Amino acid sequence: MILVSSKLYLDPQLIDQARQYASAIADDVARFIADKTTVATERTVLRLLGLDGVDAEYVPLPNVVVDHVHDRGQLQHGIARFVINGMIQTGWSIQQLGEAVASGAIDLLALPMAPESELIDLGKQAADAALAKIRANRERRDQLLQKLGEGPQPYIYVIVATGNIYEDVIQARAAARQGADIIAVIRSTGQSLLDYVPFGATTEGFGGTYATQENFKIMRAALDEVGEEIGRYIRLCNYCSGLCMPEIAAMGALERLDVMLNDALYGILFRDINMQRTLIDQNFSRMINAYAGVIINTGEDNYLTTADAVEAAHTVLASQLINEQLAYRSGLRANQLGLGHAFEMNPMIEDGFLLEWAQALMAREIFPEAPLKYMPPTKHMTGNIFRGHVQDALFNLIGIATGQGIQLLGMMTEAIHTPLIHDRQLAIESAKYIFNNARHLQDELEFKRDGLMVKRAAQVLEEAVTLLREITQKGLFNAISEGMFADVKRAITGGKGLKGVLVRSQQYFNPLETALRTELGLPPIESLLASTPNEKRGE
Amino acid sequence: MRDFKHVRPYGDTFNDGVVQFSFSLPVPFGEEAKEAARQFVAKMGVLEPRVVHSQDLGEEMTFFVVYGNAPFEIDFTSIKVPKVESPVMDFYEINQFIREQIGRKIVVIGACTGTDAHTVGIDAIMNMKGYAGEYGLERYPEIQAYNLGSQVQNEEMVRKAIELQADAILVSQVVTQKDVHIPNLGELVDLLEAEGLRKRIVLICGGPRISHELALELGYDAGFGPGTLAPEVASFIVHEIVKRKLAFHE
Repeated sequence: MILVSSKLYLDPQLIDQARQYASAIADDVARFIADKTTVATERTVLRLLGLDGVDAEYVPLPNVVVDHVHDRGQLQHGIARFVINGMIQTGWSIQQLGEAVASGAIDLLALPMAPESELIDLGKQAADAALAKIRANRERRDQLLQKLGEGPQPYIYVIVATGNIYEDVIQARAAARQGADIIAVIRSTGQSLLDYVPFGATTEGFGGTYATQENFKIMRAALDEVGEEIGRYIRLCNYCSGLCMPEIAAMGALERLDVMLNDALYGILFRDINMQRTLIDQNFSRMINAYAGVIINTGEDNYLTTADAVEAAHTVLASQLINEQLAYRSGLRANQLGLGHAFEMNPMIEDGFLLEWAQALMAREIFPEAPLKYMPPTKHMTGNIFRGHVQDALFNLIGIATGQGIQLLGMMTEAIHTPLIHDRQLAIESAKYIFNNARHLQDELEFKRDGLMVKRAAQVLEEAVTLLREITQKGLFNAISEGMFADVKRAITGGKGLKGVLVRSQQYFNPLETALRTELGLPPIESLLASTPNEKRGE
Repeated sequence: MRDFKHVRPYGDTFNDGVVQFSFSLPVPFGEEAKEAARQFVAKMGVLEPRVVHSQDLGEEMTFFVVYGNAPFEIDFTSIKVPKVESPVMDFYEINQFIREQIGRKIVVIGACTGTDAHTVGIDAIMNMKGYAGEYGLERYPEIQAYNLGSQVQNEEMVRKAIELQADAILVSQVVTQKDVHIPNLGELVDLLEAEGLRKRIVLICGGPRISHELALELGYDAGFGPGTLAPEVASFIVHEIVKRKLAFHE
């Protein structure tokens, strides 16, 4: 049997099987993380409750307050227990309370404890107020999309990376006028390894600006303004990854970001972040992104920068399927999944274009509702900008011919420098030309049933199923530690950030999580804890 | 016989001096912008600048493509560029060279250091599969290669060099915005000097904006630019080990 609509004659039973394996893998992960929390998750609770700002040493108040409790071994009960109680006992706002902790005027652990029912009531009230703010942003986005409209898919996605948010604004506005649909503000190198979120506007970053709430606000305002002018909603993207994943999700939700890079696997493999830490963080961050209506982008494309793009194609598909199932368990919908893949084959391979096309179409057919994020050539870009422009053109042709959701435009100067203002113009011009000129190419084409492309897609799918079966038997953690993705090996207790992982106590209290799970239609955390491990592993 | 003492750019006739420019000016699009671009190129000494394309970038910015004729000459015979001099051997020759001339396996550690997270260069040189058909150092039976990944601090590099008794250190620097790589590369040299290790180690850097000349200036033994493959680096390392008699430093 084949998919009725499959131009590649993909076997739907094989796809189902792949999803079942991925589902079992995701269930294991969900169970593993259900009874744990992290310092970043707890800081996120504070941010959502409204705590912001820094102390005299420029340490963010969410860090100050979490450390205040964590240093004395009480964080496993949940930071909300102590701050909600503090608010009850003092009658102060969370901001006043945080400032008092920072100045040493109050000790949250020395206060008498309010009755549990009072904590729960105020916690629910505070959580509802936080979610109302996020909901308002989501509604505002919907209104603007209604009023201004948006560009057709594939959305044209470009980056700005000057290191100065005010200069980024100029480049972003120019890019929007040139035709960009999504502006991604590149983060300063090394932010993923900071265990706090920097504060304030960045004017001197390296290779980008910090993801700060102030930077988000500045760019959001600029894109709204230019969007009104040109009559198109311009989406804003940043990086909800690294050690502060959920905090950045919260900031993004509060400042109406639209797209977020959000992938624990990427952090584990390429930033050596501890896998337990980041999978717990990812779950909470994705719940926030889900509620905020954010499209997440995953980083499978990066596997092909270290591993070979032809040989490792199936690892991309396997990881996309796992990421999809993990995302569902955090309340994301299919239309929020910008699963990553890439055009990264060596351009000297004979018929490489056909293989790339087959794989891009395969991804499209397996994830029909997902706004897939298609990444341009990077590994095989050289200083030859003229050849690079042609490589990017072929990539754009596949983008339109396979109906990708988000086309991250390649720059001819990839591998030389961050995009110059006219590099971006030339890239957008090329993409618009090709997208328009070949708009309905995909409707005209069918592929030979016994042809090279159909065979390639079938092969990648089969290999992905085999890999997923193996991971189901081993578990995701072991699979990663054996180097099954991107040829990179990471240990379950290795990497950065493990110290920030805690097992929750019986009294753990997180009204934000409770409210989000309810709103997103996720089962309560208690039912996850009570569920038993999947017994039908691997068959 | 071509005249290498008086060289000008070649378009389609000797000595036509044809050069092409593309750049943007922060001025609003229009005839005045084109004239500004023309004058700008003329100020560089280029004759008859022709603005063949201009494009409104928005935000009062304009992009140009300009052709002109450069009247300048270069004396090609006087050019001297410091280069890595060791002959490049292939995979088999390098391993044989190590067996015969060094007599033990050599240890090479590599990383993207500082805040740099872009491992594409170090991976191309070190990882098993290598790049463009050339195996990386991990594949060499006579080389124990350790790719430490990205964002490795210089202190950590030195610690690893001591722990693994490294013969050679490879540092990749891809992010070079605002010259962030220069102090970072210099710091590693200082740390190795402070530990008394510098003379015992072959120290190499590489990246899109690294030249051999820059590497030497910074106190490295060699620098490799874009397009370098593993055998070039390995050949230099093994020759350097023999030349400096580093093989028996235990």
